[in-house]
This record gives sequence, C-alpha cells and structure tokens, in this order.
Amino acid sequence: MTLDIVQMVLVTVLAAATPLILAGLGELVAERSGVLNLGVEGMMIFGAAVSFALAMQTGSTLLGALGGAGAGLGLAALFGLLTVGLAANQVASGLSLTILGLGLSGLVGANYVGIKRDPAPHLAIPGLTDLPGIGRLLFGQDAFVYTAVALVAAVSWFLWRTRAGLTLRAIGDDPVATHALGLKVRRVRFLSVLFGGACAGLGGAYLALAYTPFWSPGMTAGRGWIALALVVFASWRPLRVAAGALLFGGATVLQLHAQAAGLGLPGQLLSALPYLATILALVLLSLGRRQGGSLAPAALGRVFTPSR
Amino acid sequence: MRGRLMRLGGAVLGAVLAAGPVLTGQASAADKLKVGFVYVGPVADFGYSYQHDLSRKALAAAMPDTVDTTFLENVPEADSERSIEKLARSGAGLIFTTSFGFMEPTLKVARKFPKVKFAHATGYKRSDNVATYSARFYEGRYVCGKIAGKLSKSGTVGYIASFPIPEVVSGINAFMLGAQSVNPNIKIKVVWVNTWFDPGKEAEAAKALLAQGADILTQHTDSAAPLQEAEKQGKLAFGQSSDQFRFAPKAQLTSITDDWNGYVIAQAKAVLDGTWKSGDTWGGIKDGMVVLAPFTNMPDDVKAMAEETTKAIADGKIHPFTGPVLKQDGTVAVKAGETAPDPMILGMNWYVKGIDDKLTQ
Amino acid sequence: MRLDLVPRTRRSAVLDILAPALAFVAAVLIGGLVVAALGVSPSAAFVTYFVAPLSEVWSLQEIALKAAPLALIATGLAFCYRADLWNIGAEGQFVVGGLAGGWVGVATHGSGDAPWILPAMLAAGALAGAAYALIPAVLKVRLGVSEILTSLMLVYVAQLLLDYMVRGPLRDPAGYNFPQSVGFDPAARLPYLMEGETLHAGVLVALAAVGLATFVLARTLFGFAVRVVGASPRAARFAGFSDARLTLSVFAISGGAAGLAGIVEVAGKIGQLQPEISPGYGFTAIIVAFLGRLSPPGILVAALVIALTTIGGEGAQIDLKLPLDLTRAFQGLLLGLVLGADVFARYHVRIVPGGPSGRTAS
Repeated sequence: MTLDIVQMVLVTVLAAATPLILAGLGELVAERSGVLNLGVEGMMIFGAAVSFALAMQTGSTLLGALGGAGAGLGLAALFGLLTVGLAANQVASGLSLTILGLGLSGLVGANYVGIKRDPAPHLAIPGLTDLPGIGRLLFGQDAFVYTAVALVAAVSWFLWRTRAGLTLRAIGDDPVATHALGLKVRRVRFLSVLFGGACAGLGGAYLALAYTPFWSPGMTAGRGWIALALVVFASWRPLRVAAGALLFGGATVLQLHAQAAGLGLPGQLLSALPYLATILALVLLSLGRRQGGSLAPAALGRVFTPSR
Repeated sequence: MRGRLMRLGGAVLGAVLAAGPVLTGQASAADKLKVGFVYVGPVADFGYSYQHDLSRKALAAAMPDTVDTTFLENVPEADSERSIEKLARSGAGLIFTTSFGFMEPTLKVARKFPKVKFAHATGYKRSDNVATYSARFYEGRYVCGKIAGKLSKSGTVGYIASFPIPEVVSGINAFMLGAQSVNPNIKIKVVWVNTWFDPGKEAEAAKALLAQGADILTQHTDSAAPLQEAEKQGKLAFGQSSDQFRFAPKAQLTSITDDWNGYVIAQAKAVLDGTWKSGDTWGGIKDGMVVLAPFTNMPDDVKAMAEETTKAIADGKIHPFTGPVLKQDGTVAVKAGETAPDPMILGMNWYVKGIDDKLTQ
Repeated sequence: MRLDLVPRTRRSAVLDILAPALAFVAAVLIGGLVVAALGVSPSAAFVTYFVAPLSEVWSLQEIALKAAPLALIATGLAFCYRADLWNIGAEGQFVVGGLAGGWVGVATHGSGDAPWILPAMLAAGALAGAAYALIPAVLKVRLGVSEILTSLMLVYVAQLLLDYMVRGPLRDPAGYNFPQSVGFDPAARLPYLMEGETLHAGVLVALAAVGLATFVLARTLFGFAVRVVGASPRAARFAGFSDARLTLSVFAISGGAAGLAGIVEVAGKIGQLQPEISPGYGFTAIIVAFLGRLSPPGILVAALVIALTTIGGEGAQIDLKLPLDLTRAFQGLLLGLVLGADVFARYHVRIVPGGPSGRTAS
C-alpha cells in the first residue's frame, strides 16, 4: 500500500517534470550554440494550441504532437531569422516571441475551447506494467515521457560524443574563432534554435494531449519560464536538466501532498517551496564546486555577424 | 503648464484627425444602450469569465434592437481602472465589472461618470451608481456535500481550493456541513493551489488528494483538469463554474454553475426603463443564479436526496448554516435554531469543526 | 545567397529613425491585411489603434501613466544589461518595493497628514527593491550562482509573499476578510498633477530617473565603467571598479528603480495593497530596455510606444470587437519587426549571391 503511494507520487513527479524536460532540453541546445531564446513560454503555448487543434481535426495524437513540435519550430524560425539572420537582440526578440505566441495560440485555439480529448495512450505490457512498486513507473507511461527520457540521452550523446555536437558547443563558446576555422556559425545556430522550438512545442503538446487533455488559453501557466531557469540550474548539462525538472516537479507535488496530509503551514509558503528549493539546490551545488569561471556558454546571448 | 501643453497637443492632434470617430462607425449604435463587461480571465477559460460572457451573449440575443454589448477580457486587477474608464468613455451606459479586485477602480470611475451605471460582482462597496451582485455558491456546495457524504466509500473527500477568501471558505464549510449531515465522520482534505486557473497544478493537486485516499474531488478552481483526473482514475468529482460533464461523463456528479443571465438582462432593462437603482443582489438557487447541473453517476436514492435538498434550499426550508454550527476550536458560531446572518457568511474566515486544515489569519 | 552584415562605424541618425518607422509601416500593412480578412475596415482599425489614443487628453495621460513604471524599471535594467548582467527578476523587485512602501502606508494609516509619510514610502520601496535585487547579486558574486535563475525564481517568491501579507498581517480589519489592505490616507498618496485628472506625480519620478540615468551613464566615471564592463571587464577595472562592486551596484540600481516603480504604482494608481499590483511591468520593461537600445532617452520612447499599443489594443477590443489575442499577436509582430529592422541601422547589409558562407573577406 505505501509502496503504491510512493509509486503514485513518483509517477506524478515524472509526469509533472516531462514538459519541463522537453522544453528545457531544447533550450539547452539553443543556448549551447550561443543563442538565448526567452520565448520558450510562447513556443510552448502555441505548440499546445496547434497540437490540440490538429489532433482534433485528424483524430491522431501522433499528428497532433508533430504539429505541436512544428508550431514551436515555426515560431523558432521567426526568432532565428531575427536573431541569427538579422543579428537582432536575443532577449527582446525572445520576449516579443512570447507575446506573439500567446496571441497566436488564442486565435488558433478559439474554436477548441471546452472540448475534451482522450489522453494519449499509456504503455501497457501485460505482466510488466502490473509489477508492484515499479511497474507503472517504468512500463506504464505515455509516449511523451519515454520521448523525453530518450531525448535526455540523445542530447547528451550528441553534444559530447559527436563531432557536430562538439562544433555546436564550440560555436557557443567562441563564434569568431570557429567561424575563422570555416564552421558555419549561423547555420548551426539557426538549426539549434529550430530544435529548441520543436522541443518547446512538443512540451506544449504534452500538456494539451496527455497531461490535461484539453485546450485552454494560458494553460502552460509559466512552465516555459521554469524550463528556462532549469537550463541555468543544470549548468547547461542535459542530465541535470532532467534532475532539475524532477526536483522542481517533486517539490511541487510534495507540497501538495503535505497540504493534503494537513501540515498546517501557510499555503503561500508551501507554494513558494519549489522556487526556493531550486535556488537552494543551486547554491549548494555552487558551494561544492570550486570557484572558477562561469559555466555558461561564453558567447551566450551575443549576436554574431560573420563579416568584420 | 504641463497640463496646458498636453491639452494643446491633444487639441492639435484631434483637429488633424477629426475624421477618426467617423471612420470607426459608432454612429449607428448611438441610440442603443451600450453595455460593457470587464473580465478578469479569458472568455475562453470555460469557467468564471466564460460563464459571465454567456450572460453577455444572452443579453445581446434577448434585446438585439435596444442593446449593444462589448467586453474586455484578461484585464489585470492592478491595471483595471483605465479599462473600466475606457468603456465608460466609449459610451457605455451600463458596465459589469466581474471580479472582486475591480471594486475600488469601479467606484473611482463611477464617481467620474455619475450617469453611467455599474454592477460589480462579489464586492461589498456600493454607491449611487454602483450596485453589487454575487451568487450564494455555498448553497450549491451544501448539496454537493450531502452527495459526497452519501457516496464516499473511503470517507475522505478532496477539496482543491484557490485562495482563502470568504467565498471559498464559506464554500468549504457549507460542503462540510452538508457532508456531516449524512455522514458525521466524513473527512475533508483541503489543498490550496494559490491560483484560479492552472490546469497542470490542479491536476497535480487532484492526483495528490486521490493518492492520499480521497475518492471524491471537489474544486473551487476553474479548469476541468481535476474532473478529468478523477475520470481517469475511476473516481468521482464535482464540476465548477460551468457544466463540465463533457470532460468527465463518468465522473461528474453535478456542477455548481453560475447563471447571470437573469440578473444581467434585468439590469439592462432597468437602465432602459429608467428604473435602475443601486443595491445588492445576492441570489441563490431560488433566484436561478446558482444552478446545479444534472445529477449524474449516482444511485437513484442519492439523486432523489440531492433534488429534494436543492428544492428545500430554494423553498427556504433548509439553510446550510443552520445552528448549531461549531468552529474548529469548538466555540459556537451559530446557535441552535438560528441561521448565520449574511454578513457572517460574507466575511467567513474560520472553518467549521471537523475540517483538518488551518487558515492563515 | 547569403546576408553579410558589416557593423557601421558611425550610426546614422536618419536610419536610426527610418528603420523602426519602416518596420512600423510593415507591421501596420500586415495587420491591416489580417483585419481586412476578418471583415473590419483597416483604416478604422488603424485609427482606433494608433490615432484615437493620441487624440484625447485622457488617453494621453493614461499612456504617460502606463509608460512611467515601464520607463523607470527599464532605465534601471539598462545598467544591468549594459554591464552584461541578466537581472530578469524586476517583476519581483517591483512587487517587493510596492509591498514595503505600502506597508509604511498601512502602518501610518489614520496618523494624520505628516509630510514625511510619502517620502518614507518611496524610500522604503526603493530600498526594499534594491535589497531584494542584491540577493541574486550577492549569490553571484560570492558563490558564482547564475543570476538568471535566482532573479527569476525570486519573482514567484515575491508574489507569494505579497499574497500572504495582504491575506494575513496587512489585511484591512474592516474589509470582510477580503484580501486587501486599508486604503491609504491622502498623505500617503502621490498627488495628482492636475485637478480632476488622472496624471499623478509618479510620471515626474520616472522622468527624473531617466534624466539622472542619462547623466550618470554619459558623464560619470561609474557610468563609464558600466558602459565598458560588458565589452571589456579589464577596462572597468582600470577605471577603479572591481567586478564584484560593479555587479552589486548595478543590481542595487535596477532593483531600486523597480522597487520605486512598485511603490509609485501602489501610492499612485492603486492606493492600497492587494494580491496583484503589477500587470507584468517587470517583464515588459525588459523588452522596453532593449527596444530603447539600453539608452535612457530611447527607453522613454520605447515605453511610450508599448503603452500606446496596449491602450490602442483595448480600444480595438471595445470599438471594433477585435479579440485580445489578435492585438497581442500584432504587438508581438510589431516588436519583432522593429527589432529586426534595427539591423539596417546598425549594419551595412549586403546580399551576396551564391557561394557557401565560409570565410568572408572584408
């Protein structure tokens, strides 16, 4: 019985962390290439709206999810055009993208308010899924969760084990030198931004198709911002993004459990816990680290123009 | 000096752009009563603002020749004064400000526009041209409490609450009193999510409550996420603000919905007739302002009990806060044989005995 | 085909104005097409959106009132961003400033009309905002913790703190337990600039801040250090400023400005404490700061433009019944185009036909 409660909590935490992992990984890749895109919230909500609309139109969760990723990618392309192509300021462009995404999502979603869809199917393997304690956690999730987990591994592998990944990180640290070496700085950055957008859109699609399967304006409720913060929390490392998302999701879920158990602390204090816990964890991590240079990609947020 | 400069600037611009108002084509609507609505959320929230917008549409449909409606959505409470004034300036004769946080801004604008009538939802300050209105949501919650008391097998109900304001607290209390009336040992677990609308967080709260043994959920937040969660886990739940049956056809027991149509249309008529007066309207089941969606997913005897209770409240035979009502610490809040006066319910910031939660004081 | 951008050695005043103007025209044309597709006259939409708000004394005041906090916060943020420090938590510093200053207003409620009350509120707001901004600054300087994360997370903490205070300790005892403080006494309110109008003295505070910041950035050694540190930390050190001292200073300045904006809003427009005192000014101000190219006069213009589009958008909702989402999308489009067009003001743009974008000769 208690084992089941633990499993239920863990399942909830993993589900709460999934959109953060997806959006966070995408942003991580973009930032590793040196582009800071503050428009995650906008790409996420637009992805949510488009994915739901498309899934309703086609009846296919898969097409909906792809559409969500495509929607995020589309917005990211605009952002990339501005910041990579036209060397516009990344911070302001990203915030404008958030406003644009919020508006577009409302327009796309207008006809889908108050409509319900069945949630994305969960894996069910006879025998395995019913295993007590771990069955549902390991073998009973939906495809988004497995995709998120796979992406963590894939992005880690890509960034540290492939030549392209090395190039990407090098560009994020020193675009001028890498450009001098003949690497295609702007192309790599643009593709990284696109990947980030697709991931954010997919995170939004997860919310609208699996987590709370309906469309509602503003349903991302700030998760894009949390994803952004988690990339920093993770010191731009994929595994730590996942860890941070689980920590944040875990703190959120546990404070709700603490309330349900009747702890009697002010609700505002408990609601503030996930944010405080994240800060505290980062401070502790910093204490454990020897003082040194910043962990951020050295050229993060700086525009790059090839000709000089 | 500054003022004069600004007026001068305005005058010059106004002269240059004198064609403006003509282009916007407001002339045709000039003889109609313009009715404005200010919403705190998006009209597409399928909850509180959505329900209010239904009444706007009902008004437009009921009096198409005499009334012209318009609205502003997603108006932040901190920045609402300008939005309300903008409506008044663009010729609205009647303005509904639909959130508590609009109270002071509404009064301020009303002082500047004494000829415009205002109706402010859920507040308590009035003036000559500001009326207030609200619904006795707690009546519906009492009925829900009785249903939950009958149906809960685990004896524990989960309550997803938004913010500790009197409307929410009195709802929790009424629910508890209703539940206790059929099951004295019933337990309520309250989770405050500190938001009116965040589907993800509401779903997480629902999961936490279900994991901790609740088998029925009720909520004072706006999204359908908790209902869907209950549906997914084969548990039961109550909807909120609008009929959310379509989200959870196997889980929704009923839903407490607000029906502002009657009030809104009556106010518009009164303004047109010249009979509008300020005052407070606090309507309940009797007035059709609080409507319970059809009772579903329950045995016939429970359904009959729910219908009887609803009717008894409408007839004034049952008052949810009928004494003896004890506070958490055992002190008497309402004496036996008496009912709680309205001001007590309006300002309720204490729990009735049996609720296992603490309120911030 | 590829695009080559060569930084202009000298900026042209004509292009500085022409580029955003052309972007504006492009946005209006796109917006006009969309509006026409929805069956609304584009000219009517243009008038409602951009002309009507500028043709009434009342709405001009409202534009000023809306622009004031944005300009104030963005001016402070400009110090941070110029020094390459990412304070994105101005919203939280705004809230804390409003809370601290408002606390003074609540505490002095009913104590007469002492002339020190209002200055004390403003000081409390600015100090609290600065102190709150120093948390991420100190964590960064001492432990190397990224200010992006801490400043953002502290926004949520500030909002919940305000929420707790107005529902608990600072609640109006006569307010039926609703979440709000008592209304401030007249001595705790910012005075109106004109009898019977809405413009209050907060606008002057913002203007003064913009003027002061212009002076400090252009004419003082500290301003010099801030300007060069982003590009070259060593240069700042030569000017006698350590990284740590500079970090703490610019965070205190931006937090102080945001906190001041918070109490100006509370003591000006709102007049009491309530759970929500900002419609997102702290975030919008980030756009304003960059739109204004991190220069205080530019920021003032950018703040006015943002205020105009917000108020025009409201008019479009009321008069033309255009959905809010459409005006929002338009705002996003307009900002994006203006930011993109800036490229022509900053660079010589050359389109090079064909060929891979490998090495570029210049």
